[in-house]
Amino acid sequence: MAYLELKNVCKTYGDTEVLSNINLTIEEGEFVAIVGFTGSGKTTLVNLINGLIKPTSGEVLFKGQPVTDTSHERGVIFQNYSLLPWLTVGQNVFMAVKEAFPKENKTVLQQRVAEYVEMVSLTPAINKRPKELSGGMRQRVAVARALAMNPEMIIMDEPLGALDALTRGNLQDEILKIWSKDKRTALLITNDVDEGIYMADRIIPLKPGPKATLGPEFKINIDRPRDKTALNDNDTYKETRNAIIEYLMDIGEQRKSVSQETYVLPEVSPKSFVA
Amino acid sequence: MKQSITLNKVTQLMGFGFLKPITALFTGKPQKEDIVNFLKKIVVPLLSILLFLGVWQGGSTALFNKEANFKIEKALADQGQAAADEMKACIASGEVSCQPNTLPSPSQVWVSFKTLLEDHKVITADKLAFKQKTAVMNEKRVAAGKDPITYTGRPSFVDQIITSLKTVFAGFVLALLIAVPIGIVIGLSETLRSSFNWLIQIFKPVSPVVWLLLVFMIVKTLTKDSNSDSAFIISFISVGLCSMWATLVNTAMGVSSVDKDYINVAKVLKLGPMQKVFKVILPSSLPLIFTGLRITLSVAWMVLIAIELLAQSPGLGSFVWEEFQNGAIDSNSKIIVAMFIIGIIGFLLDRIMLTIQNMVSFNKNEGV
Repeated sequence: MAYLELKNVCKTYGDTEVLSNINLTIEEGEFVAIVGFTGSGKTTLVNLINGLIKPTSGEVLFKGQPVTDTSHERGVIFQNYSLLPWLTVGQNVFMAVKEAFPKENKTVLQQRVAEYVEMVSLTPAINKRPKELSGGMRQRVAVARALAMNPEMIIMDEPLGALDALTRGNLQDEILKIWSKDKRTALLITNDVDEGIYMADRIIPLKPGPKATLGPEFKINIDRPRDKTALNDNDTYKETRNAIIEYLMDIGEQRKSVSQETYVLPEVSPKSFVA
Repeated sequence: MKQSITLNKVTQLMGFGFLKPITALFTGKPQKEDIVNFLKKIVVPLLSILLFLGVWQGGSTALFNKEANFKIEKALADQGQAAADEMKACIASGEVSCQPNTLPSPSQVWVSFKTLLEDHKVITADKLAFKQKTAVMNEKRVAAGKDPITYTGRPSFVDQIITSLKTVFAGFVLALLIAVPIGIVIGLSETLRSSFNWLIQIFKPVSPVVWLLLVFMIVKTLTKDSNSDSAFIISFISVGLCSMWATLVNTAMGVSSVDKDYINVAKVLKLGPMQKVFKVILPSSLPLIFTGLRITLSVAWMVLIAIELLAQSPGLGSFVWEEFQNGAIDSNSKIIVAMFIIGIIGFLLDRIMLTIQNMVSFNKNEGV
C-alpha cells in the first residue's frame, strides 16, 4: 500500500479547473519533488494533500485513509511563512509544539523549542517578533515550526524560495538530515530544478495550469549523501538535469505557442570581431 | 543618548510626535535642522493660537459693542435721552447690572476659570469642615443603625468633571462588555452576521436623545421600588448604548476578516475552537477592536454632555445647562470654560486610547 496516493484528483474553482487528473503515489520514506512554473497550481496541490481543501473529484489517500482534515502527521511549511506577527519566534514554535505534544510538560516543550530554533540558528532572535526579522529568518522560523512538531510526512511549499543561496544550502542540508534520520516521507514543491535533484529521489514536473496535471517522473539515481560540489561533475546529475529542463522548456514552448502574436525582428546579425 | 531614544519612542507612541522638536532642542546639541523644525512645529502652532485668541477677542468686542449700542438705543427710544446717557455711563463704568450679555472675551473666560478653581477650593474646605463637624455625630448614627449625614451642598466645577469622567467610564466599560463579545460571536458566524445586520444598521444612527428616552422608560420602571439615584444609571447606560456601535461593527469586521494564512496555520496546527479564537482570531483582530474602542470612547464623551443635560444627572452637561439657565454676568464665560475643559479632556482620552492602540497594533504584512 502506498503511503500517500492521489487518484484522479481534480480541483475546480468556479468554472476554472486548476488541477486535472492528478495521479501520484509516494512510498514511505521517499523524498519526492514536484517542479513547476509559478501559477501552475502547486499550492493548490499542497493544500489538497495537507487537507486544507478537498478535491472536487478523485481521492487523496494517506496511509490508505482518505484525507478529510489536516493532521499532525503531515507537517506543512507554507510558502508565505504564515507566522503569527503578535508572537515571538519562540512563541510561534512553542504554539505548534504544544499542539503536537499536548501531554508533555512545559520544560520539555521549551527544550524542544530551543533545540529547533537552534537548528535554524535563530537562538539569538528567539525573543524577537517576526517584524524584526528578515525574510530569510522568517522562513527559517517557519521551517523550525513545522519540523518541531515531528511530523511523519513533511510537505514543503517552496519553502526556501525567498532565501539567499547560503542559507538555502544550509537549510536544504538540515531538511535532508531530519528526513533521513527517522526515514520520514517528504514532498517538496519547488521551482528550482537543482534543488529538486539535490534533495529528492524522484522529480515530477507539474504542467502549467489551468488543467494542470503531472508529467512523467524522473528518477534521480545518485547515491546519498550527495555532495553539492561533486554533483556538478556527476554525469547522472547532468543527464537528469538536462532531461528535466528540456521537458520543462518544451512545456514552456507549448504554452508560449498558444500566443498568436508574431514579432517582427530587425535583420541584424552580431558583428564579427574576428578578422 | 539611550534616554533620549526612549523618550522619543514614548512620545511617538502616545501620538505626541509634535513634542519631538523640543526634546531635540534640549537634549544634546541643537542642529540647524532642529531649529528649523522647532520653528515649524512649535512657533507656527503657537502663532496660530495667538491668531485664534485675536480673532476671538475682536469678535467678542464687536458683539459687545453691538449689544451695548442696542441697549442704549432701546433706552433712548423707551425712556428718552437721559436714560440713554445713564445706560451709556453704566456700561462704561463696568457696572454688573447693565453689562451686555454676549460672547465673553478670552480674558473674561480666564477670570472665570480662576473663579471656578477658587470656588472649588472653597467648597472643598467647606466639605472638610462639614466632615469634621459631623464626624462624631455620624459615628453615633452608624452605631445606632442610622444612615450617616452626608454633605449635600452644591458640587464644585472639579467635582462635576469627576462625575462626568465616572459616567463616561462606566458607559465605556458597559459598551466594551456588550460590544466586544457580541462582535466576536457575530464575526465568527456569517449566518449571525447577516441576521443581525439589520438591527445594527438601524440602531447605529439613532440619536443619543432617543437612547436616553428609551433607557429612561426601562430604568424608571426597574428602579420603581428602590430609592437610589437613577439619573446616573440612566445616563451611563445611554452613553454606553450610543457609543458601542463602532466597537461592535469593528470587532465583527476584524474577527470576520482574519487573514486566511493565519486560519490555515490554525488548521494545520489543529488548534481547538477555543484556542483558535483566543490564540489566532482575537490577537489578529485586536488592532481593529481597539480602533473601534477609540471611536467608542470619543463618541461616549461627546454624547455624555447632551445626555447629562437631559437626564439631569450631575456632571459637565448639567453644569453647562445650569449656567445657561442661570444667566449671571459670568455665566457665558463659565460655559466657554466648560467647553475648553470638555475639549481638552476629550483630546486626552483620545490620546490614551491611541497609545493603547499603537501598543497592540501590528502590521498585517509582518508575519507573511
